[in-house]
Amino acid sequence: MKNPLESLPWTIALGVVLTIILIVIVNAAGA
Amino acid sequence: MHFDLEYYKFIIRVFHVLCGVMWIGLLWYFNFVQIPNMKNIPDDQKPAIGKVIAPAALFWFRWGAAGTVLFGLWLASLNGYIASALSLGLDVFGGNVKHLPIGIGMWFGLIMAFNVWFVIWPHQKRALGLVAAEPAQKAKSARIAMLFSRTNTLLSIPMLYFMVSAQNLYHVS
Repeated sequence: MKNPLESLPWTIALGVVLTIILIVIVNAAGA
Repeated sequence: MHFDLEYYKFIIRVFHVLCGVMWIGLLWYFNFVQIPNMKNIPDDQKPAIGKVIAPAALFWFRWGAAGTVLFGLWLASLNGYIASALSLGLDVFGGNVKHLPIGIGMWFGLIMAFNVWFVIWPHQKRALGLVAAEPAQKAKSARIAMLFSRTNTLLSIPMLYFMVSAQNLYHVS
């Protein structure tokens, strides 16, 4: 399988997904 | 307006942002413009990028990264939350949870700056022929530099989200 980092759209999509996961964690932590 | 401590912190923040725009602007230039278009450039014209544009862009890229980290840590120190933010607001390290968002942004920024200086730059020097390397090693270094540059592009999204949200949503400045 191709490394998703070789694709710019996949890189951006993964960055957005990571951001959303962290937003949920930060909210749950009560910041 | 007074030229007091608040203004001093503001000026350090301005330098942090100026260096950050230089750094992330060039990171996005590499990933959105240069790398995807290299295949469209005829071979006899490729040295214009490899020998002239890329080394100049890499100079401002790595020193932009260094300046961003320097002014960022200076600002966090002046604001009194550097330890709390770097411990991600965790109680066990004496942190405050309100510093979690800026802490996430700071750690991503630090990881990205480490990648610039200790992975991307050494490999780019080999890939661009600024230091001697075998052709196989050059190709391997070019791929490693590209993948870490992409990793930094990925991390730049949550890094900027949490840097900006810390100040504007969580009101930690």
